[in-house]
Amino acid sequence: MTATEPLLSLRGVRKEFPGVVALDDVDFDVRPSEVHALLGENGAGKSTLIKVLTGADPRDRGEMWLDSESLSPRSVGEAQAAGISTVYQEVNLLPNLSVAQNLLLGREPRRFGLTDWKRMNAEARETLKRFRLDIDVSRPLSQFSVAIQQLVAIARGVDQKAKILVLDEPTASLDAGEVEILFDILRSLRADGLGIIFVTHFLDQVYELSDRITVLRNGQKIGTFNTAALPRAKLIQHMLGYELQGTTAGHAPQTTLAGTKDAALEVDGACVHGSIQNISLTALSGEAIGLAGLLGSGRTEVCRALFGLDTLSAGKICRNGIEVGITSPRGAIANSIALCPEDRKTNGIIGDLSVRENIAIALQARRGWWRPIPLREQRTLAGTAIANFRIATPDMEKPVRLLSGGNQQKVILARWLAIEPDVLLLDEPTRGIDIGAHTEILRLIQQLCDRGMALIVTSSELEELVAFSHRVVVLRDFRQIAVLEGNAITEDGILQAIAS
Amino acid sequence: MNGLRRMFAALKRHGALWPLTALGLIWLVILIANPGFFAFTVQDGRLFSGFIDILNRCAPVALIAIGMSLVIATGGIDLSVGAVMAIAGAVAANLIVGSDLPVILIVGIGLCAGLAAGLMNGTLIVGLGIQPIVATLILLVAGRGVAQLLNDGQIITFQNEAFAFIGVGILLGLPMPIWLVLFILAAMLFLTRGTALGMFIEAVGANASASRHAGIPVRSIKLAVYGIAGICAALAGLVATADIQGADANNVGLWIELDAILAVVIGGTSLMGGRYSLVLAVIGALIIQSLNTAIVLSGIPPKFNLVIKSVVIIGVLLLQSSVAQAQLASLRERLST
Repeated sequence: MTATEPLLSLRGVRKEFPGVVALDDVDFDVRPSEVHALLGENGAGKSTLIKVLTGADPRDRGEMWLDSESLSPRSVGEAQAAGISTVYQEVNLLPNLSVAQNLLLGREPRRFGLTDWKRMNAEARETLKRFRLDIDVSRPLSQFSVAIQQLVAIARGVDQKAKILVLDEPTASLDAGEVEILFDILRSLRADGLGIIFVTHFLDQVYELSDRITVLRNGQKIGTFNTAALPRAKLIQHMLGYELQGTTAGHAPQTTLAGTKDAALEVDGACVHGSIQNISLTALSGEAIGLAGLLGSGRTEVCRALFGLDTLSAGKICRNGIEVGITSPRGAIANSIALCPEDRKTNGIIGDLSVRENIAIALQARRGWWRPIPLREQRTLAGTAIANFRIATPDMEKPVRLLSGGNQQKVILARWLAIEPDVLLLDEPTRGIDIGAHTEILRLIQQLCDRGMALIVTSSELEELVAFSHRVVVLRDFRQIAVLEGNAITEDGILQAIAS
Repeated sequence: MNGLRRMFAALKRHGALWPLTALGLIWLVILIANPGFFAFTVQDGRLFSGFIDILNRCAPVALIAIGMSLVIATGGIDLSVGAVMAIAGAVAANLIVGSDLPVILIVGIGLCAGLAAGLMNGTLIVGLGIQPIVATLILLVAGRGVAQLLNDGQIITFQNEAFAFIGVGILLGLPMPIWLVLFILAAMLFLTRGTALGMFIEAVGANASASRHAGIPVRSIKLAVYGIAGICAALAGLVATADIQGADANNVGLWIELDAILAVVIGGTSLMGGRYSLVLAVIGALIIQSLNTAIVLSGIPPKFNLVIKSVVIIGVLLLQSSVAQAQLASLRERLST
C-alpha cells in the first residue's frame, strides 16, 4: 500500500483514570480505504482509545485530526456529526421500532410535518441494497437475527456520511456465514474510501480482513505493522509483551508431587455446550496449574465450568479420585472449590457491604443463614485478613466499593481463604491492580501452594505463569492445545504453543 | 452537649436523623394546632391519647412496610400486598361464618393464605424470571378477584369477639394492633439480624451475581422475602377485617401498597436494593399517619390533603438525598464566604 495522507490521525493522546494511565501518549493513524485492526489484551487501552475517538470520554492531552481538521468531540453525537460512526458489540438500536425507523431515526423524511412512511421505507430499502439485504424494512428490528441487526447498525452508521467506521468486536455474536457477509460489505466500504477501525480478538479475522495492525499494551502503543508483513507468532509476542529469546531458562524448579496421592482436582474431557471442548487437567494438592491463552481462548470459561456456573455437557470432575457433580457455585463450595472471578466488580465484591461483611460472607453462606458468625468472630476474621494481606482501609466497616482495585482483590482472596478451600481458582488475579499488590498476590500463590492448596490460575502474563506454574495448560478457541510440564514451561514454550 | 452531639452523629450514621426530624416537626404542627392532642388519659383500663391513636391507625401500613422493606432490600417490590390483605380477610371471615374452627386456627389459616400468595409471587419471580413489578401486579389484580369470589361478591360480616380482639382489643392498656406491630418488628429483627439472613438479603440486593458467586442461595432468599411479605400483609388484612368485623374484598387495603413503599423509602431504603432498616420503615409509616392526622387537625380543607402530603414527602426525600445534601453544603459554603 502506498503511503497516502492519513484520514484520521492521533498524536500523543493521553488519558488517565485514578491510579491508571489508560492511554500513554499514543499515536495512531487511519488511512482512507483501509481496514486497521486495533489489538491488545484486556486493559491494553483499546476501549479507552475508542471512547476518546468517539467523544464518550474526552482525552486529557494530545491532538486529533480528521481530514486535516482538528477533532475534539465532547459527545458521541459530535463525533458522529464530524464523521466518526461506531458500532458496538451489543447492538444499540431500538429493537421495537422498524428497521426503517432505526435507519433514519432523527432524520425521518417529512410531509406536512408528519413522517412520510412511504418515502422512509423506500429510502431504507435503497440504503440496505448496498448491503445486499432484501428484508421487509417495516418490520420491527427485533424480529431479525443478531447478524442482520448488526448490519443495520453498520448501515445506519455508514449512512450518516461517515468517514471513519469503528467496529468494536462486531463478529462476537455472529456465525461463520454471517461473518463472511459482514466482511464482504466491509471490503466494499473500504473500496469506497472509508477508513475502518476493527477491534477484535479473533486473529484469523484480523489476517483475513485488515491492511494494517496497531498493537496496544498497558496503555502504550507497541507499534503499527502491515498485516502482510507480520507473522502471527510475532503479533502474539507483541500482544503479550514478550519476545522469543531462544532460551529455556526462567522457570523456577518445582518439586514434582506426582504419584503420591489422588489428585485434589481432576478434570476429564470437560465440555460445555457452546463453550469449552474436551478440557482435561489434573491438579495435586500443593500444585499451581497455569491456564494460558489469548483473550477469548476459553480460560474464564474453564473456571466457570469448574465452579458450577456453567454445567458440563460431557466429561467429569473428580475431587480426590471421586466424581463430583457440580451444578452451582454452592455445589462447588460444598466440594471445597472456590473462585476469584475475573470481573471483580460484577461477580466479586458486594459494593455496598462493608469490608468485614465481604470477607465473612462466603464462610457465612457455607454455614447457613441460621448459624450466624458472631460479630466478634467476624471482626477477628476481617482484622486478621486486613493485617495479613495489608488491605489498605481506614476501618473494616467501610463499604468495599470505596477501596482500590488491588485492595478489593485482596478482600475477595481473604473471603475465600476464610473457608480454607482445597482447590482455589484464580481468574486473572493480577489484572488491573497496581504493581505492589501484584507482587503480593504472586507471593500469596506460592504460599498457598506450600500450604497444600491446589490452584488453577489464569493469566495473560507469561512471566507470571512461568514463575508459579507446576504445569501450564494452553488454550485456543475453547480447546486445550498443549500441556507444558517441568522444563518445558518457559515463556518461549508457552508463546510457541499459543501461536502454533 | 457533647453526648447530644454524639447522639446526633450516631443517628445520622444510621440514616435516622432526617426521618426523626420530620416526625418531630409534624408532631410540633399537631401540638400547635391542638395543644391537648397528645395528653394521656386512662379510662376503663385503657390508655387514651392522640399519640396512641396515630400508632393504632398506622399499624396496617407499618406491618406491611416491615415485609416490604425486606422485599425492597433484595431489589424487588411487592404491589400485591393490598390484595393479599383482602384474601386473608375473606378467608378468615368465611371460616368464622361457615365453620366452628377455633379463632387461633382461623388466624393461622389466614396467615397461611398470605404465605401462599407471597410464595406464588416469589415463584413467578425466581422460577419464571418475571420482573417483580409485573409478577406482583398479577396478584394485585387477581388477588382481589379471588377475595371477591370467596365472598361471593358480598361483604361478609360477622360477630365474633375473639377474632375482633386482634383489631379492636386492648391488652395492658394499649390497642392490640400496636402490640402486633411491636411483636412482628421484634420477631423480624430477630429473624434477620439475629441470624445472617439480613446480611444475605442486603448482599442479594446490592449485587445478586456476586452473592451467587459467594455461595449465597440467592433464589431461596428471594422466595423467602416474598413469603414474609405475604405473611405481614395477611396479618394486616386480619387486623383490618377484625376492625370493621367484616371482609370487604373491594376496599380493604386499597392503595396501601403505595403507602407501604413510601414508608420504606422515607425510612431511607433504596429501591435499588441493599441496606435496609425495619425500624426506620416503621417510623416512615408513623410519619405518613402523623401527616394525615396533622392535616385533618390543622383545619386545612380536606381537598388539600394529597397535595400537602406529597410536598412534605418530597421534602423528606430531598433531605435524605446525597445529591441534595451536597448541593446544600456547597450553597452554605458560598454563603459563608
